[in-house]
Amino acid sequence: MAIAEKSNNPESSSALVEPVTQTAGMSKLHKAIFAVLLIALIILPFLVYPIFAMKVMCFALFAAAFNLLLGFGGLLSFGHAAYFGGASYVAAHAAKVWGFTPELAVLTGTAAAALLGFAIGSLAIRRQGIYFAMVTLAFAQMVYFVALQAEFTGGEDGIQGVPRGDLFGVISLADNIALYFFVLAVTFGGILLLYRIVHSPFGQVLKAIRENEPRAISLGYDVNRYKLIVFTLSATLAGLAGATKSLVFQLASLTDVHWSMSGEVVLMTLLGGMGTIFGPLVGAGVIVTMQNYLATFGAWVTVIQGVIFVIGVLMFREGIIGVLARWLKKPL
Amino acid sequence: MIRKLAISSVALAAMTGAPAMAQDIAVKLGVLNDRSGIYADLSGEGSVVAARMAVEDFKASEKGMKVEIISADHQNKPDIGSNITRQWFDVDGVNAILDVPTSSVALAVADIAAEKNGVLLNSGAGSTSLTREQCRPTTVHWTYDTAALANGTGAAMTKAGGKKWFFLTADYAFGHSLEENTTKVVEANGGEVVGQVNVPFPTQDFSSFLLQAQGSGADVIGLANAGGDTVNAIKQASEFGITQAGQKLAALLMFANDVHALGPQTAQGLSLTEAFYWDQNDDTRAWSKRFMDTHGAMPNMVQAGVYSSTMAYLEAVKELGSAEDGKAVVAKMKEMDITDPLFGKVKIRGDGRALHNMYLFEVKSADESTGEWDLYNQISSITGEEAFLPMLDECDFTKK
Repeated sequence: MAIAEKSNNPESSSALVEPVTQTAGMSKLHKAIFAVLLIALIILPFLVYPIFAMKVMCFALFAAAFNLLLGFGGLLSFGHAAYFGGASYVAAHAAKVWGFTPELAVLTGTAAAALLGFAIGSLAIRRQGIYFAMVTLAFAQMVYFVALQAEFTGGEDGIQGVPRGDLFGVISLADNIALYFFVLAVTFGGILLLYRIVHSPFGQVLKAIRENEPRAISLGYDVNRYKLIVFTLSATLAGLAGATKSLVFQLASLTDVHWSMSGEVVLMTLLGGMGTIFGPLVGAGVIVTMQNYLATFGAWVTVIQGVIFVIGVLMFREGIIGVLARWLKKPL
Repeated sequence: MIRKLAISSVALAAMTGAPAMAQDIAVKLGVLNDRSGIYADLSGEGSVVAARMAVEDFKASEKGMKVEIISADHQNKPDIGSNITRQWFDVDGVNAILDVPTSSVALAVADIAAEKNGVLLNSGAGSTSLTREQCRPTTVHWTYDTAALANGTGAAMTKAGGKKWFFLTADYAFGHSLEENTTKVVEANGGEVVGQVNVPFPTQDFSSFLLQAQGSGADVIGLANAGGDTVNAIKQASEFGITQAGQKLAALLMFANDVHALGPQTAQGLSLTEAFYWDQNDDTRAWSKRFMDTHGAMPNMVQAGVYSSTMAYLEAVKELGSAEDGKAVVAKMKEMDITDPLFGKVKIRGDGRALHNMYLFEVKSADESTGEWDLYNQISSITGEEAFLPMLDECDFTKK
């Protein structure tokens, strides 16, 4: 990526001197956290219900992908449900109707999200701020109505009974634990990829654009090109999360493309800590856990969610991990 | 999991070792519905109250059964519903899931119940797929489906002289299928469709569509939509004075609690089909009064359906002596001839569709209505065989 960037902007890349030092490799602290996280996730399905754990991981990847765009690219998309849900429909259709194996179905869904992200992104990045958010919302609503009306999506019933299939055609994923480790590999891989992107030279340029776009332009960076790439990457990884989720629940439905899903992922990211690596994971964990374990309280779920969000905004604006990072004086 | 298994096997050994102990049949029921969103009044806590009343009236403890009821909110999201259902079957040992409004959630639950050999007693959802494209040997669809509502309203109103129809159709799969089903029935009964207009979903402003309907010269305006759209359309039709001017308004998917919320002033003259109304006979009145005392609102057909399906389920479990094998319990339910205090004679068909009478009601005018809950005049009734779609051969699970 660094080479591509240099060839685009031969004279500029040396001009942008970044004060960040941890670009090369992973810091020790982050390595340790990732290791602990991985061990915890390997033990997790034996402690809590595996389906629930898989749901948390899918949403964690979704929130992390969204955070790439908002936290590191400084772009607030209000239509990320389109890529998440769109990919889940395509993956569900591929697995159910075309008989694809799970890994191919997930890849097909992800590719669809990438295409969609590229198409919508190339139009949306022409506007900024609130207009950017509204353009993404408008396109996401279009995707929603396509999902509502198109033949293959099953309208408001969604695509049901998606087979989990056999991984690479050999390993059956019907068992919850087997599927769990497939999901773990996919989501953990996705999150590591996001980490790599953020800490690459490309990620540094992104932060520069976020902080001061005119300056980045004046330094010779083709800002729109960077924005389009980060938008497409974010949409692709959101799609990876959505496609995986459709295998976990064996269904794809309108919930995943509805605008409230776009709102939910914003909530997860803000609550966990925008612009941090681990924040979205924590945010997703908190929100999904609430939705799951408070389900018996009925109407109180949304009330509690609202109260927590208000407390979050009043007391810790940087999000849970953001506050933690400030205390520790280390980037998390 | 292993510890749980060990404990239960110890308990089992203790039970078989001590024959003097009463062998309680343990049954765990999970009421899964919307408790915070648009269907909270349709199902919600009321359905839990109805399920509890069923356990009480069945006198389960006297019959050596230990019935436990738990409930959860699926928030109308299939992934949340599916997560809860799996957890209930896998971890909590639930035997049957009740209610489940919202078709997408119900279809997901039906699949899981079949996979885990549990039971889905559906009352809240309207999708015909539950007993057709996605029929399962462990599903019982008790109260209504969209085809029956369309059939009931379409046939009865056409026979009563509403020959010319105009449809306001919500522009998505559900609306189109509702229109298509009703059109068939109207034409089969000698009526004709003089026009239709596709309305975007959802819509706030129905005025231009209502004016088209008014100008079409139709006798009946069919509302092939649901929920907030239906309510908006009826409110605005009332403002235009459509029913006062002689045209009839027919809602193809609407429930007593919606009519109650609108009030007779707005909804008067509206025709709709339901499977149950609290003020039908002494049995329904007595039961509904008790329900009202606990819940603070009159029951609608979905909540009544939760009560009746639970009664039938418990009867089947009692006869089998166990709730473990969901497929067997449902097969047993299909053998029974049920006489229910709320739904009358009920027969569950091989595909899981419960057949019972459906009724066409007309909403009373404000002058006629004597109380807050005095909503309907009964116009006619049709039998289950007429109302529901015929069974598909591949869905007849009684034939092996």
